[in-house]
Amino acid sequence: MEPIYLDHNATTPVDPAVVEAMLPYLTDRFGNASSVHHFGRDAKVALENAREQIAAFINCEPSELYFTSGGTESDNIAVLGAAYQLRSRKNHLVVGATEHHAVLEPAEYLHNKEGFTLDLLPVDREGFASPEQLRELVTEKTALVSIMHANNETGTIQDITPLAEVTHEKGSLFHTDAVQSVGKIKVDVKELGVDMLSLTGHKIYGPKGAGALFIRQGVKIVPLFYGGSHEKKRRPGTENVAGIVGLAKTLEIAKQRREQDFKQLNALADYFIGAVMANIRDVFLNGPRTNRVPPTVNLSFKGVEGESIVLALDLEQVAVSSGSACTSSAAEPSHVLAAMGVPPVLAQGAIRFSMGRATTKEQLDYVLEKLPLIIERLRAMSPMYGQADSN
Amino acid sequence: MAKKVLVALSGGVDSSVAAVLLKDQGYDVVGAHMKLWDYIDVGGDIYKDGRCCSLDAITDCRMVCDAIGAPFYVLNLSSEFKERVIDNFVSEYKAGRTPNPCVKCNSEVRWTAFLRKAIEIGCDYIATGHYAFVERSASGRFMIRKGIDETRDQSYVLWGLTQEALSKTLMPLGGLRKSEVRTIARRYNLRTAERKESREICFVADDDYRRFLREWEEKRGRQPEQGDIVLENGTVVGRHDGAAFYTIGQRKGLGIAHPTPLYVQRLDVENNRVIVGENNALFKSELIAEDVNWMGMEPTDKPFEADVKIRYLHSPAPATITCLTDTRVQVTFKEKQRAITPGQSVVFYDRDILLAGGIIS
Repeated sequence: MEPIYLDHNATTPVDPAVVEAMLPYLTDRFGNASSVHHFGRDAKVALENAREQIAAFINCEPSELYFTSGGTESDNIAVLGAAYQLRSRKNHLVVGATEHHAVLEPAEYLHNKEGFTLDLLPVDREGFASPEQLRELVTEKTALVSIMHANNETGTIQDITPLAEVTHEKGSLFHTDAVQSVGKIKVDVKELGVDMLSLTGHKIYGPKGAGALFIRQGVKIVPLFYGGSHEKKRRPGTENVAGIVGLAKTLEIAKQRREQDFKQLNALADYFIGAVMANIRDVFLNGPRTNRVPPTVNLSFKGVEGESIVLALDLEQVAVSSGSACTSSAAEPSHVLAAMGVPPVLAQGAIRFSMGRATTKEQLDYVLEKLPLIIERLRAMSPMYGQADSN
Repeated sequence: MAKKVLVALSGGVDSSVAAVLLKDQGYDVVGAHMKLWDYIDVGGDIYKDGRCCSLDAITDCRMVCDAIGAPFYVLNLSSEFKERVIDNFVSEYKAGRTPNPCVKCNSEVRWTAFLRKAIEIGCDYIATGHYAFVERSASGRFMIRKGIDETRDQSYVLWGLTQEALSKTLMPLGGLRKSEVRTIARRYNLRTAERKESREICFVADDDYRRFLREWEEKRGRQPEQGDIVLENGTVVGRHDGAAFYTIGQRKGLGIAHPTPLYVQRLDVENNRVIVGENNALFKSELIAEDVNWMGMEPTDKPFEADVKIRYLHSPAPATITCLTDTRVQVTFKEKQRAITPGQSVVFYDRDILLAGGIIS
C-alpha cells in the first residue's frame, strides 16, 4: 500500500512545475545575483522578477519584500528586528497566545533577557482573538503586536484587519505570521492592514528554505545578520535564487488553483469530520467549523494520548501529527489548545490531519477504516477512559 | 503475520544488535528510544561520549533503524522517569539508603510505560539488549536466566519484572558474548558498533552522584545538613557535610585522623550522624529483604538455599532464605558478607536462574 500523507501543514511535496522552474537556476543559470558579469545579471533579473511576482500576489511593492530562508527566520526578523529598533521608546510586546514558537520564543527571549514586557493576547474556544481585548493591552509603549493569520494546529483564520487597526490606534507596529494562509486563502497586505507579514513556500508545494518577509515602506527594523548589502542590508547573504524562483512559481500556481483547492479540500475535510464523528464516540473538533484553512482538521479523541495515535497510524502507513511538527517530541500538550481552553484530557488526545491536493476520498476511507480500531484499542487500555465516561 | 516487536534502543551497540537480530529472525521490528531526562535538569557533561538520551544517541538509533527498514520513534517518558526513578533516587539517599535506579527504571518505566506504549501501538512484544534469556519453566512461570557472557550479566537489575511483563519480553542477546555482538554490529555496518559502554547511572552523566544530589537539591532550595561522624560508642571523630553523601563501606573522603582505618558502618539519618568503625564490623551474615518479587519460583514455606547477590558487582554467595511473608524474606549467608547496604537490591539465583529479588531493608 502507498503511504498516505495527511500532514500537509508540516510540509508539502514540491509541485513538478516548481521543480522545473527551479532547475535552470541550480544548473546553467547558477550565478550569484550580486555579481557584475553576465551570470550575475541573469540571476539578479530572475530574483527581481520573482520579487515582483510575489509582491503582486500579496499586493505590496516589490521594494517592500525581503527574501529569507522561511517562516521562522521571517518571524524572528520581524519580532526581534522591530523590538530592537524601537526599544529606546517602546518596551512592550503583545503576541497571540496561539502563535507559532517562531514568534513566541523570540518574544519570550526579549521578555526574559532584554527587559521587554510581554502580554499574550488570549483567544476563545475556537481560537479567535478579540480586538476589544487587544485594545486593553496595547499602549503607547507597545512596540509590536504579532498575531498569526491562520493557525498551524487548528487552521483558525484570524480576522486580522480589526486587530491591526486597534494596534495602529496606539502607533504600534503589527506583524502577522501568514505561513499557513498564503496560497490557501486570499492574503492582501493592504486589506489586512499589516506592517509586516511572514510567508514561506514549502507549506504550499514550494521548496523548503525559501520564504519572505513583507516590511511596509517606512517601517524600520534592526537586521539580525550582518555581512553584505543583499536585501537592502536587512537580510544579507547570497540569495537562494533557485528557491526564490521556485517560491514565485509556487504562488503563481496557487493563484490559479486556490479557489478550486479550497472547495475541494473543504469538501474532503467536511466529509472526514462527519465520518469520524459518526464512527467514533467522544471526538471533538478543535477550532471552528468554518473560518478555517480547509486542509486542517484537528480532532481530540477523549481518553487517549495523541502520540499513541500518531505512532499507530504511522505503522498503518498513515502520516499525521499531534500538534505542530516543530514541537512533536515534547511531552507537553499543545499550547495552542491550552490557550483555547481545551481541557488537558482532550488536548493530549489531539491529532492534526492536514490534507492536500493529492488527498483522495479513498485515502480518507482507508484512514476511517483503521482509526476506529486504533482508538478502540487505546481506549480499552486507558485508565482515563471508561468508568464515569462510558455509557 | 509476523509478530510485531518494539525494541528499546539506547544508542548503544547492544540494543542496536538486538534490533538487527530480531529483524533477521523475521519479526516486524519497530525501534524506539526512551527520552528519559534532559541535561538541563540533571546537569553533568552534555558532550560526554557514550551516553544515552543525547541527541547523538538518538541520531544513531534512527540510522540503525533506517538501515534495517524499521520505523523509529522517540518516546518521551521523562515525566514518568523523574517521578518514578529520579525522585526515588534522591529520597532514598536522603533516607540513608543506597538505591539502584536501574532496577526502578526497569520495573516502573521500561516494563510499564514503555511496554504499555508498545501494546498501544499494536506490538506483541518489547525487546531489549540485555545479556540474558527470558524463559518459561515447566510449571509455566516466566523467568530470567543469565546470558552466557557472565562478564555482561545484567540480571541483577531485572528482578522486579512481573510475570505479565516477562511474558511480553524478548532478549535476543542471551546467547552471545559482547565481542560477538560487536562483530555482528560491524558486519551490518552499524554506526553504533564502536560505541563506548556506559554502565553507570545514565542520568548522572559524570558518574558523580554526590554532585548530582547536591545540584538537584540546590535547585529546589534545599541544602544538605552537616553533622557528626561518630564511632559506635558515640565518640565524635569528625564532621560530615550531609549523610546522603556517604555510602556503607566507604573509607576515602571521611577526613578523619584516627589510629586505625575507619569505614562507614551505617547512616543514622534521624540524628543526622554517620557511624564509622573497623572494617571487621562491616561483615554481617544476615539481612532482611522487602518488596520481594518472585520470578523463577513462587514463595515457599520451607527455607531454601540460593546464591545471593547484594550489589551489582558482587559475586553471589550461598545463603539460606526464609520467607517471613510473601514479600519479605530473611537471608542468612553461610559466610559473612561485607557492607550489606540498605536500599540496594538483593537477588537470589539457582545457578544461572533468577529466582527472586528484593530490596535490603
